[in-house]
Amino acid sequence: MSKDNSEYLIERYDNVYEVVIGLEVHAQVTSNSKLFSSSSTKFGAEPNTQVSLVDAAFPGMLPVINEYCVKQAIKTGIGLKAQINKRSVFDRKNYFYADLPQGYQISQFKYPIVGEGTVILDMPNGQKEVGIERLHLEQDAGKSIHDMDPQNTLVDLNRSGVALMEIVSKPDLRTPDEVSAYIKKLRSIMRYLGTCDGNMQEGSLRADVNVSVKLKDSKELGTRCEIKNVNSIKFMQMAIDYEANRQVDLIEEGKLIDQETRLFDTKKNETRSMRSKEDAHDYRYFPDPDLLPLEVTEEFIEKLKSDIPELPDDKKKRFIEEFKISAYEATILVSDIDTAKYFEEVVAKMGKNRDMKLAVNWITGELFAVLNNKNLEISKSPISAKNLAKLINLIKNGTISGKIAKTIFELMMDGDKDPLVIIEEKGLKQESDPKALEALIDKIINDNREKAIEYKNGKEKLFGFFVGQAMKVSGGKANPQLINEILKKKL
Amino acid sequence: MSDITSQSLTSLVKNIKEKNLSSEEVTKAFVDRSEKSKELNSYITEDFSNAIDKSKKFDEKPNLDLKLPGVPMAVKDLFCTKDIRTTAGSKILENFVPTYESTVTQNIWNEGAILLGKLNCDEFAMGSSNETSFYGNVQNPIDKGLVPGGSSGGSAAAVSGQLTPITIGTDTGGSIRQPASFTGTVGLKPTYGSCSRYGIVAFASSLDQAGPMSQNVEDCALLQEVISTYDNKDSTSIDFKRGQYSKDLTKDIKGKKIGIPKEYRVEGMPKEIEELWKKGIEYAKDCGAEIIDISLPNTSYALPTYYIVAPAEASSNLARYDGVKYGFRAKGENLTDMYEKTRSEGFGAEVQRRIMIGTYVLSSGYYDAYYLKAQKVRKLIKNDFDEAYKKVDAILTPSTPSSAFKIGEKKNDPVSMYLNDIFTVPVNLAGLPAISIPAGLDATGYPLGLQIIGKAFQEQEILNLAYAMEDKISFKNKITDWWIK
Repeated sequence: MSKDNSEYLIERYDNVYEVVIGLEVHAQVTSNSKLFSSSSTKFGAEPNTQVSLVDAAFPGMLPVINEYCVKQAIKTGIGLKAQINKRSVFDRKNYFYADLPQGYQISQFKYPIVGEGTVILDMPNGQKEVGIERLHLEQDAGKSIHDMDPQNTLVDLNRSGVALMEIVSKPDLRTPDEVSAYIKKLRSIMRYLGTCDGNMQEGSLRADVNVSVKLKDSKELGTRCEIKNVNSIKFMQMAIDYEANRQVDLIEEGKLIDQETRLFDTKKNETRSMRSKEDAHDYRYFPDPDLLPLEVTEEFIEKLKSDIPELPDDKKKRFIEEFKISAYEATILVSDIDTAKYFEEVVAKMGKNRDMKLAVNWITGELFAVLNNKNLEISKSPISAKNLAKLINLIKNGTISGKIAKTIFELMMDGDKDPLVIIEEKGLKQESDPKALEALIDKIINDNREKAIEYKNGKEKLFGFFVGQAMKVSGGKANPQLINEILKKKL
Repeated sequence: MSDITSQSLTSLVKNIKEKNLSSEEVTKAFVDRSEKSKELNSYITEDFSNAIDKSKKFDEKPNLDLKLPGVPMAVKDLFCTKDIRTTAGSKILENFVPTYESTVTQNIWNEGAILLGKLNCDEFAMGSSNETSFYGNVQNPIDKGLVPGGSSGGSAAAVSGQLTPITIGTDTGGSIRQPASFTGTVGLKPTYGSCSRYGIVAFASSLDQAGPMSQNVEDCALLQEVISTYDNKDSTSIDFKRGQYSKDLTKDIKGKKIGIPKEYRVEGMPKEIEELWKKGIEYAKDCGAEIIDISLPNTSYALPTYYIVAPAEASSNLARYDGVKYGFRAKGENLTDMYEKTRSEGFGAEVQRRIMIGTYVLSSGYYDAYYLKAQKVRKLIKNDFDEAYKKVDAILTPSTPSSAFKIGEKKNDPVSMYLNDIFTVPVNLAGLPAISIPAGLDATGYPLGLQIIGKAFQEQEILNLAYAMEDKISFKNKITDWWIK
């Protein structure tokens, strides 16, 4: 296997295989009510408390489309720079399962609401464009619970009828890292748009992964397998790695790959066959006669377009131009909408004499480390953007040293304390009075005469010792730049 | 009290409004006659004592401004009624009690009517003789051993036998008009989208329509006025300007152009049907209408098209009856076994046949040849009507290719049973309104009906035509009360 992140190739003897990956992402639409009923979509409610007669498929109940979900799907389509279809059709996908009350899922088969689009990935070796095949709206099923009762399977219909967007990529992905970047980018775009919260733990974002392999220089795609039940990026990457190697081994043994649906076993870290193509369901798709074709006007789409916020790609471009930060830094800052918001607020609060370098470093360094440690989202940051901006300005104008700033930063976490208040309370203001510092240094040189002589005789390493002494004696408050200057002069 | 039950709805409403009759008197009369009419097997579920209580309550504080003040009424058991068992004629819903009310029945109760009970019908409205009902055959009041037609057989028998002053049925391929024709009553299938489907157990969603079944056209117009409302709970409900059908009813149809489609002269059609049709043409002429020969070239494809589209939708609509959430459940070894046993035991033979046909025509590999092609033909059939309506205001045809047949006669011959719908099915495929009115008797003395098909949303037009022709025909149903001992 190639170690280079930009290339993911599988080698066997003289053969080099490339892995071809396509993703079907199921993103739960952010909406208060379900796709065809007015039941709540809130996560975590008691089982079967958010179920209407429509969701439970009672006789004579009819679906009525939730316009808000349609808007959300179109907005997402705009975010994916995709074709918005003015006419789409809801179909029934027929199959029996205990958690599918209607005996069919209402989905869009032939005529999806969103057509082809693109997503741009920022990879270490440059940008990569991934094609979007389509996005369609569909209902989620309920949940079968097999482990709550020894004899029976229990069904929770709270999720039944919740709106999902199925986003199908073209088979443009080639490496597990690209898959990770793709999912993160989709999530980022939808979070910017407010169309999906992207929460993988709560199942708001799930994916089926299509994997096939082919000889590196071959144009022809291999037989693909669809891997279900992969609900984290890490598992997706593991599943792809296992599956691609399995397929290559089969080819090398001269065997054929069956087009099939496979399950990823997270405990054994392997994929195994769920059903073959022969056993595949015949879903008997046909247009749902309870629903008219969904038609939207140009004005409707234009109105939604005008409401689209600045999306990550544009924001990144602006950050680079306006704030003169690097593309790498901008990518990190825009990847999550809340991070971008935080950063922009810090920038705004820093005022005229702002220092971008400091702002970027403090957010991506100190703040990210704290959030990581405490497992917090930036929206729940213990330090507000306003106070972080103050801290940065205090460094910038020389009131405190970077080192003291770190101490203050730690103290700020206790209830988002104002750094000025901390400086005041703890007397942490930097000593920048040259006269006071000169006196301090004179004393240090006096106390360490022998070392001063050694320095003068060429032992230049000892300079650091004197700086350290100065900082120590001043309790870290001495302005390090001035200390350097004075020491050089005096020694 | 038979003078009460033999009255038309219009007359009963008038008598209640003028306080000649109380709701209780009327309700008791129909309850009494219904009690004596068990042999007809019209009812699946009776709600008689509740009905009488409700009538007493009505009389305490009568609101006589309503359109159906304190009038008792039984309805087809395909309409979900709150707290009253709703079976759709099936074992699979034997114990199903809805917590909700269909829009159509709610509209009726809102106008003051009182539920008498739920009327027998073919299982999930699939049938033309009421013989597929899990709750047994219905006898046609016209003669013992005669089917009342279907699927709204219990409804037709109840109106014809005067067990209810009026009723509602549903019509997917002729299920209102054919039984109306078989029982000497009037039945209207409104334009698709006119009456809400909310709360009606679905058979074929793109074809199903509720409609009135009555003793005469005037009653029919009054009930249509009540049940036809725009409903945002049904996405296929259409928001068009609905008329005041009973108020605007007129016999003046002078100059109306009535089309006679040559393709309805089907091979092997009994002579008496041909003659009835001719007579109908004469009646229309007598009323001052102009007769114009027209062509509906794709008529012969309507029946096969219908028997692809309707089962396809039904196979999917009936998937929800799986034993998991409500209704009948058979014990099984596992989920699949439970499904198989529940659906094998819960559904009757005809329903299973249609589920299989529907599943087949939607299967991959067959979809294009059957379902898709049927949809294309459906469009052609609709175009035929559109073309014809450039020349005429309405179309006159027989309602059925024969009069009522004997119970058991066609039970084992589904194709000959399906042929019953040959004149009614094209109307459902095109989503048009059509009314069947009794127009004569066959040699045995069994009633025969004529069908007037209208333009979409022109219920008033066909009601007027039917009203005028009814007057000329002056049909009298011969009800001997043979079943009352």
